[in-house]
Order: sequence, then structure tokens, then C-alpha cells
Amino acid sequence: MSQNLLEFKNVSKSYSGNQVLKNVNFDIRPGEIHALIGENGAGKSTMMNILFGMPVIHSTGGFEGSVEMEGKPVNIMSPFDAMAHGIGMVHQEFMLIPGFTIAENIKINREIPKENALNNVMSSIFGKRMKTLDFKKMNQDARVALDRLDMTIEEYTLVQGLPIGFMQFVEIAREIDKTGMKLLVLDEPTAVLTESEAERLLKAMRSLAVQGIAIVFISHRLDEIINVSDRVTVLRDGEWVATKDTKDTSAIEIAELMIGRKVSIEREEGAERELSKDIMLSIKDLHVAMPSERARGVDLEVRKGEILGIGGLAGQGKLGIANGIMGIYPAKGEVVLDGKKLPLNNTKQVLKESVAYVSEDRKGIGLLLDEPIDSNIVFTDMQVNGNFLKAFGLQDSKAISEHAKQMVIDLDIRCTSEKQHTGRLSGGNQQKVCVGRALTQKPNLLFVSEPTRGIDIGAKKLILDLLLKLSREQGMTIVMTSSELAELCSICDRIAIICEGKVAGILAPNASPAEFGLMMSGITDTDSVKEGGVS
Amino acid sequence: MTNNNANTSKKITNFLLDNIVTIVFVLFVAFGFYAADGLAPSALINEVLMRFFRNGLLVLSLIIPVMAGLGLNFGIVVGALAGVNALILTRYFEMAGMGGLMLSFLVALPLALLFGYLTGKLYNKTRGQEMIAALIVSFFAEGVHLVFALFVIGGIIPVYANHRMIIPGGMGVRATFDMGQHPDLIRMPELETAGMRLAMDWLWRVNFLHAALFIAVATLIYLIVRRMLGKRNPSIAQMPTVVFFINCAVCVGFIAIAAFSLFVPGSAMGMELANVNPIPGVTALVILGFCLLTTYFTKTKLGQDCRSVGQSQHIAKVSGIDVDRTRIIATMISTVLAAWGMIIFLQEVGTVGTYTSHRMVGMFSVAAILVGGATTTKASVKNVIVGLILFHAMFVVSPAIGRYISNDEGVAEYLRTFMVYGVIGFSLGLYAWRTLKAARDKDALD
Repeated sequence: MSQNLLEFKNVSKSYSGNQVLKNVNFDIRPGEIHALIGENGAGKSTMMNILFGMPVIHSTGGFEGSVEMEGKPVNIMSPFDAMAHGIGMVHQEFMLIPGFTIAENIKINREIPKENALNNVMSSIFGKRMKTLDFKKMNQDARVALDRLDMTIEEYTLVQGLPIGFMQFVEIAREIDKTGMKLLVLDEPTAVLTESEAERLLKAMRSLAVQGIAIVFISHRLDEIINVSDRVTVLRDGEWVATKDTKDTSAIEIAELMIGRKVSIEREEGAERELSKDIMLSIKDLHVAMPSERARGVDLEVRKGEILGIGGLAGQGKLGIANGIMGIYPAKGEVVLDGKKLPLNNTKQVLKESVAYVSEDRKGIGLLLDEPIDSNIVFTDMQVNGNFLKAFGLQDSKAISEHAKQMVIDLDIRCTSEKQHTGRLSGGNQQKVCVGRALTQKPNLLFVSEPTRGIDIGAKKLILDLLLKLSREQGMTIVMTSSELAELCSICDRIAIICEGKVAGILAPNASPAEFGLMMSGITDTDSVKEGGVS
Repeated sequence: MTNNNANTSKKITNFLLDNIVTIVFVLFVAFGFYAADGLAPSALINEVLMRFFRNGLLVLSLIIPVMAGLGLNFGIVVGALAGVNALILTRYFEMAGMGGLMLSFLVALPLALLFGYLTGKLYNKTRGQEMIAALIVSFFAEGVHLVFALFVIGGIIPVYANHRMIIPGGMGVRATFDMGQHPDLIRMPELETAGMRLAMDWLWRVNFLHAALFIAVATLIYLIVRRMLGKRNPSIAQMPTVVFFINCAVCVGFIAIAAFSLFVPGSAMGMELANVNPIPGVTALVILGFCLLTTYFTKTKLGQDCRSVGQSQHIAKVSGIDVDRTRIIATMISTVLAAWGMIIFLQEVGTVGTYTSHRMVGMFSVAAILVGGATTTKASVKNVIVGLILFHAMFVVSPAIGRYISNDEGVAEYLRTFMVYGVIGFSLGLYAWRTLKAARDKDALD
């Protein structure tokens, strides 16, 4: 076995007591394509942050364990150290300057100065930065890097207006142009590409690997991983789960390893519940322009009285759906509520139709942090339906206060009084205030996004129980969007998985982890995979 | 076919939108020239050229900050104050001639570097609001200057109480002081002393027609050589063929006019153009030199870094460029050029308003470069030259338009003010609108 290029040995990392990486081992050989896969929060980004010596790691006390390159421990304290060690990264967000040519982008801050008499004079007086640049040589270097990727485009073209697929290649060309480049990290490189562009990229990756460059390939697309990688490492909840030779495994197995068996929150009742046949909400071809959570043609039906879960990986567009319907981000498509068409991009009208929303952005649009609990609770209802008002539009503070007191008791909000400012409450109690505000509207349909984000385990359970109670006792229809599959499985009747802006499929809460995993990576036709796999 | 048409009309719309400010000014000047029937062409040329060379360096100092993403540097007022203070010193000691001027440049340099450094620091602390910060810092600098010139000079720094520049009583500099007369202009030797007035401008005076002929020929040769080089090396950016031929035709036209006026004696055009004053050769060369230096600067590592920083601070930073330092250097260069530009400006004017000369420098220079087609994110030497000519032509013709509108030349002053602030407001508004539109397009629905 050849020597490892890079090795993570028992690496652990915690942020203020919260362990995000536990004794992870990972190695990569020269010229190998090593895929890295895991759900959100599995620890992929933390690993890459450690590899690149990002400030976020070192400003929070560093990490435990060791990172070795070519058998020797290395101490990477900054992205520039990483660069010096021959590690390059292609980001999900392109780091390209649109007004520059391809060559200028490839050579950014590594420009080649001209060597001539004038430059020597200028640099001895004014310093090295006053040397003029050798654009010819820079263009030649850029040409070489582009040729290695089989790119025929002229190196002096402006990046502005290039197709996205080309930009990705320019990013890679910039990394491989750096001298001594040994390891390249590609973070979801195919997410923004069309199918044919992705195909080209995979081809280029293979040819780079043949040239001896090791590649860490982070992707959620299982088929691509199977297609291109030599080995695959699966992470889950900050722990190393498995490293397999790709030829000995299958998409099914990887999906299963990725999701695993979640035991944190168990389901109390059986999964099968008789659902109403009536359609409460029908969504057709919904597009939402929510940055980094775009929905691109969602078709979905919500039945009366059910709890519908919406799951999927981050950035795939699950959060866009509720935000789009509520008019927080521009949306188009058709949304029908109880047989009546809902106007899009009109938050007030949607709220009037007794649709309530608990946003994932609790501190941003969920709460008025400098206002007391009682104003927060009645705010939407007062604005939209004109309740809690006296003559001349004055607030009925007595009614508000009484209602808030009742909510504090019903929802068990831990506070000094209903006059406490919501900014002072803990995350769980803030969330309860949000729910209280939504309930004050007496909604028929409730959207809840990421209800347990950033709140502790005990409070999580309370929130989920509350949602379950609303559904069972009041027959409220709830659409719950969450990144945590476990909590979706614990209370939802059906779970829709969103992948790349569309509904990949709908699963029962007791479906197997492999089914969830495959669907999250966009493989909807599970049977075809099963036939060839290790079911 | 329709698609093609739509493309062309879109292109034309974009061209108009990109150049709307310039176009409006061309129309305004053309109308003004028409309205002022009495205005001789030579008089118009004289007035415009005088202001062109007077303000050239001040406007030129705006290019590098725009490149570095700092926007329009209203803060060149701070540089102008460095120039004024250098002149206070050299004129206190009655320096004269080109030597005195050079010494003033030298004294202004460290002052401008220091002021530029501090201004740059401020811009780094007010990221995203540099232009507002620049406006405010120019007011603040005026306050500091006031305290210095009124109370520190004479109050702390001992001066001769009966010096011509000092307020009687011995504290503070007078509201105006003169640069000293040019030796050729002294009429009453008992009252006037030789000084720095026109010291640079009159060092070498070149016949206007000779200069025009020379510049037109040089430009034509440059255009053709660049075109031919471009044929062989595709990485040299080429102007469209139509534009190339228009440019060549304009050059040939100028050559024809200049040659005709020079070599055909007795023609009406020749007699008219002979009335144009000689141009200040050294000042012109200094401005040309700084134009070339600015272009040279863009081709250096530092210039490239400035462009990177200007386009995206974030990407520049992750690429390892010291963003803050680069921005400070850009501000310092701008401030130094403004200080020197102010000295050149004042040697032409001849009198210094100790507390007022610097005031309009920022606004007028910014308006001029905008008229030339610059935006808050893009500026070039070409914008400076076109802007200087058009903006000052507007200044010259606005009294005629004032008379045309209301029989009152006094309206001209309002008209000028309206045009200056109008062009700044309009350009910034247009820019803000475009940024917003680009952001909206980016987040638009699929």
C-alpha cells in the first residue's frame, strides 16, 4: 500500500462543550478520489475547516488529535498554511471576480512580475508591488492549467457571462495552477451543474487523479460517488461510520450508513394512522427564489388533519416552500387551500386565510425581540384580523395581557411574567412564544420550519409534543419542515423529501434509512438500485 | 431576425443608459453654444482649455480610489488642504518661480501622505459608506484646518505680526493671500512682487495649432499601431471597427483643420483659431505624465491588487491580498495627487482663499469625472479627459443659456450649481438603481 498523502488521526472537535467531531480517522492516498458523505451536521465542514486551518477552529480552542501529511504531523494554522502544503479548495460559492479574465482569476495574488530594468528601479524605490505584470506569461500558465482540464476556452475571456459550468472549471484550474498542488477538495461541485457539465467535471476529476492529485469529493449525489470515487467515507453525527472501497459497496449501503438508526426521539404511537382523504393544501409547480434554498417546481398535497414532514439536505430547497407560500420570498406557481386559490407574494392575505407560520428565522422574522411576550403573542392576530383592539384602533391591553397569561400557562413558557422581553428568553421558550403567536390566529393550517433548531433536548421534546397534541386534539393540519430526520419520523404521518428544489418522493415515517438516504441524494427509483445492490 | 433586432435595440438602450450623463452634457453644451450667438469659438476654446489644465490633475486623482472600490473620493478636499497649507508655508517665506513651486510640491507630499493615511484608515472603518465618510471627513478637515490656520499660526507658531499674510494683530492667516505675480505681468513694481503665479504654465508656452496638430497625428499613429498589433495578438482588447474608423476620422479632421489654419494664410478659420492662447506646455506634460503613470499603475502588481480589492474585497482577502493596506495606499496616492493638483490649480488662479479655495474641489472634480462617463465603480483616463472638456464647456456656456431662459445672466450661477449637484445625484441614483436591479435579477425566480 502506498503511503498516505493525508491522514486525520483521532480528530475531535467541540464548540463550547458541544462535540461536533468525535475521534474521526480519515486518510487519502496520492491520486485517489475519496468521497466524503454525511447529512448536515455530520462533521464534513468541520473536518474541512480543520484541514484548512480556518480561524473558526483556532479561535475556539483548536482541535484534538493530529493531522499528518506524508507521514509527518503538520500544524495548519491558516488557509495560507494549507495552500503552502499543497491543499486546494473549490468552494460551493465561486470565488471568481467577474470583471477579470480567466487568466487574471487563475493568477489572482500570484501574478508574475516582469523582470526588466525599469521594474528593478521601481521596486527598489517603491517596493515589490510596483513591478509591472507579465500578462503574457500569466496567460500561458493559465492556458496550461486549462489544457490539463481539457478546456478549450480562451484564457483572456472575461469570467462575466461564462456559463456556470465553466466557472467551476476556472476555479479548479486556479487550484491546480498553484505549484505543488497535491490535494484538492471539491465541495458539492456538481450541485450547480447541468447533467452534461457534471459529466465533464467527473471526467476531469478522473484525469486529475491519474496525474497524481488526490481529490476529496464532498457530494450528496450517491450515483456520482459510485461512479467516480475510489473509496468513500461516511460520517454521521460527528462520528466516523465507515470507509469502504467503492467497488465493494453500493448506493443502498452508503445511504443506509449515512442515515443510520436514529434513537434520540422515539415514536410513541404506531406509524400507520388513518388519514383523511380530503386535500387541505395543494401545491403545483411552486418556484421560490429564496437564496440558497430555492424551490424549483414543487408539487405537493397536504391532507386534512395530517402532520406532513418536509425533509432533505440543507440547500436543497425545503425551507423555500413555506417561505414562498407565506410570501417571504418571491414565489410563483399555484397553491390551493381548501379549494380556494391562495394569492402568492401577499403575506397578509395568506395570513387572513387562517394560515400561520413559525419561521426558521426565529430572531429575524419570528419575534420582536425588544417587545414583551404578550405583544409578540397577539401581534399577528392584531395586525391581520384586527382582534385585541378597542375603539379608534387602540390596543386592548387588558385582553392582550389575559390572553398572553393563558398562553404562558398552556404552552408552559418559562418567564418572569408575560411582560418580559422575548430577547431575554431561552431558545426553547422563544420558540413557544412563536407557536403561541401562530395559535392566537386560530389557524387551520400551520407551517412550522425548523422548530427545534438551537434549543436543548428537553425543550425539543416539549415542542414536538405540543405539535402532536395540536394535531390530535384540535385536528390542526401541520406542515413541519426540519433538517432532523429523527424528529420528522417521530411525529409526522408522511415525510416528503426535497432534493434539488423538487419533491424527490414521499415516505412513511417507518421507512428504512436506506430509502431516506437514497431519496435525499435524488435517487427516486429505489427499486432499480435495490436490484443491483445488497438489499 | 426579430431576435436580432431585439438584441440591437437592447444594445442601443444599454449604450444610452451607460452614457446618458455624457450625452445630456453634449446636448446642453451644443445648445448653449447655439444660444450664445456672440460667443466666438476661440473664446470658448480658450476658456475650456484654461480650466482643463487648471483642474486636470485634481480630476485625475479620482481614478485610483474608484479602481480600488472606494467610490468617488470626495475626500480629495483633504489633499487640497495639504496643498493650501504647503503654499501658506512657501508663500510666508515669499518663495517664487518654478523653484518655489517645486518646494511647495515637496512640502505638500508628507502632509498629503499623512492625511491620506488617516483618511484611508477611516475608509476601512466605514466600509460600504466610503463616499459618505469622504464627504464628512472633508468637512471635518476644514474644521481642523480652520483651527490651525486661524489660531495655531501666530498663536503657537510664532510669526511676524506685520507680515502681509497674517491678520493684523499677529494671529491667523488672512482670508486670502496671493501667489505673487508672474515677472512678465508686473506693471507696478512698487506694489507687486514676483511669485509663483503661472510659474509652471508660462514656463513653456506652445502655439495651440502646433499642439493640436501634434496631438492629432500622435493619436492617429497610436490608433493604427494598436490596431495592427491587435491583429497579431488577440489578447489586446480591440475597439469595434466602426469606432476605430470614427476615431481615425476625427483625428484626420483635426489634422486637416489645424494644417489648413496654419498653412493657408488669410482664411477666416485660421484667423479665428489664431486667437486661441498658447497652451501651457509644462503643465500639459505634467498632466500627460500623470495620465501615463496612472495607466502604468494599473499594470503593476499593486494596481492589479487594487482592481481585485475593488471588485471583491472578500475574494481578494481569501486570495491573500492585504485588503486594508491596499485601500489605504490607494487613498494616499489619491490624496497626494490632489494636493499637487491643488497647487497647480492655485498657481493658475493666482490668489489663495485660505479658508475657501478647497471647498468646491471635491464636488467639481467628481462632477467632471462623472460627466466623462465614469461611475462609482469604473473610471479611466478617457473619462477624465472627456469629462474635463464637457464639464467646463458647460461652465462657459451656462451664462448664455441663462440669458436665453430669463434674460438674466445671474441665472447661470444657479444653472451651474444645478448641473453639478444634478449630475452627481443622478449618477449615484442611476448606480444605486442598477445595483439593486442586478441583485434582484440574481435572486429572481427561475
